[in-house]
Amino acid sequence: MTSLPTETTGKKLGLVIDLDTCVGCHACVVNCKEWNTGGYGAPLSDLDAYGADPVGSWLNRIHTFEVTPEDAPAQIVHFPKSCLHCDDAPCVTVCPTGASYKRGEDGIVLVDEDMCIGCGLCAWACPYGAREMDPVENVMKKCTLCVDRIYNDNLPEEDRVPACVRTCPAEARHFGDLGDPNSDVSKLVAERGGMDLMPEQGTKPVNKYLPPRPKTAAAVEPKETKTKKLDSKGFLGWLDKTLEKL
Amino acid sequence: MHPALSVIFFTVTSGAGFGFLAMIGLGVPLPESGIGAFVACLIAGGLAVAGLISSTFHLGHPERAWRAFSQWRSSWLSREGVLAVFTLLVFALYAFGWVFYGVRSSALGILLFLGSVATVFATAMIYAQLKTVPSWNNTLTPVCYLLFALASGVLLAGSFGFWKEVGSISIALVALVAVGAAWVCKLLWWNSVANDTLAARGSSPDTATGLGFIGKVRLLEKPHSGENYLTKEMVHQVGRKHANKLRMISLFLGAIIPLALCLIVLVTSAPNHLLALAFVSLLAGLFVERWLFFAEAKHAVSLYY
Repeated sequence: MTSLPTETTGKKLGLVIDLDTCVGCHACVVNCKEWNTGGYGAPLSDLDAYGADPVGSWLNRIHTFEVTPEDAPAQIVHFPKSCLHCDDAPCVTVCPTGASYKRGEDGIVLVDEDMCIGCGLCAWACPYGAREMDPVENVMKKCTLCVDRIYNDNLPEEDRVPACVRTCPAEARHFGDLGDPNSDVSKLVAERGGMDLMPEQGTKPVNKYLPPRPKTAAAVEPKETKTKKLDSKGFLGWLDKTLEKL
Repeated sequence: MHPALSVIFFTVTSGAGFGFLAMIGLGVPLPESGIGAFVACLIAGGLAVAGLISSTFHLGHPERAWRAFSQWRSSWLSREGVLAVFTLLVFALYAFGWVFYGVRSSALGILLFLGSVATVFATAMIYAQLKTVPSWNNTLTPVCYLLFALASGVLLAGSFGFWKEVGSISIALVALVAVGAAWVCKLLWWNSVANDTLAARGSSPDTATGLGFIGKVRLLEKPHSGENYLTKEMVHQVGRKHANKLRMISLFLGAIIPLALCLIVLVTSAPNHLLALAFVSLLAGLFVERWLFFAEAKHAVSLYY
């Protein structure tokens, strides 16, 4: 059913992404593709992967933004973006087949790829660009929150988190239950002022972003470097003066 | 948005087809039975069906299209499919009685009219429901779709030469008003969407990234050096380049020529069949208008690129 779930457990699994510590290394992007190309659903394909014009489906992408305050130098912010598993997910209700659905038990938004007709309307309904049509399988791909890892008893306990979280070398990604105010992720959001992306779209995203911490003010005026006056004599002194005159 | 030809063809032709079906359902005078009735049915049903078939070319898995009938409770795309098939089934019964027995059932006719109007409305709502595209998310969007469908239907029905007047008003004048009203609505829509941008709705790279509180946000580096599904599908730029010229072309083909032809039929003794030419020109104008409807639409995801 593409109606949003009416019965929920209150559990809202999601990610908290720290924009202060993300170094933009793309390890989460690569590990996401690596895990998910062999995990849930069809492989994540690429076309012309080694050619001049490669395209492919990815569930997580990192943008890099430049932010310029009025009174300070510009700063760079690396910005990972994947499905936000919205409470009011517009991608779910537009689906004509019931392939796109939100789980009542943990809030994960998934696509049943065998039911997907590849109409693309869910991708149009998402303001965040979280869904991409697979160029080979022609079905809609999206972040599954590694549903095949997080409940997988065959994996060691420390691996039962989404691949992107497991791999992040800067620990900029956190996974947990954002519906529980006492969870680590909820505390982190409260402490750091975690924010919603495009709240004006009314999607009520579950994933939160932690804003970059304020920068220490840079030394405003760079010290002027004085050039030592040359006081050479002899041939070099003559050369200096002559060249000066030219 | 990427203007996919299959979807442009779908919205224009099925709009015209269901517009004509609505007129048939109203019981307007048309050939009484036999070949004439068959031709009318073929044109109306043919346009509607051709549009629907074209829409399946847009799908990644057309063979699963039947699944789209299941989610009518929540999805406008599903509702559109259900309503289209329902209306065409009603029409099949209606056409059978009309072509073979010369009977045009008014009960089936009312269902046909309501079904046709609802189908076009649902088509428009597929786009009008999307908050991510402010220009589509406009109350005038379904009004434009409905008025263009009805104008197409009036021109087609009138061109058979049987439907001469409504009350004492000449059919050419009715067609003139129908085409005129549709374009007035479209001009109002163009005017409305010019100011109803993502920025006007409070969305910008600042809100998209949440970083606006620090300063001005600008994309420094895209996630990948090449294009991707999102940039191809939703950050389409090429079609916008000649937007003003294309608007003029769509107005010339879709409004000026059809209105002039209606006027000629109205004031001279030219036959009503001339309205068929007006219909063809309107359809050509609508293909350009629909191209712009997609190409000019800006999607929220463009704020990340």
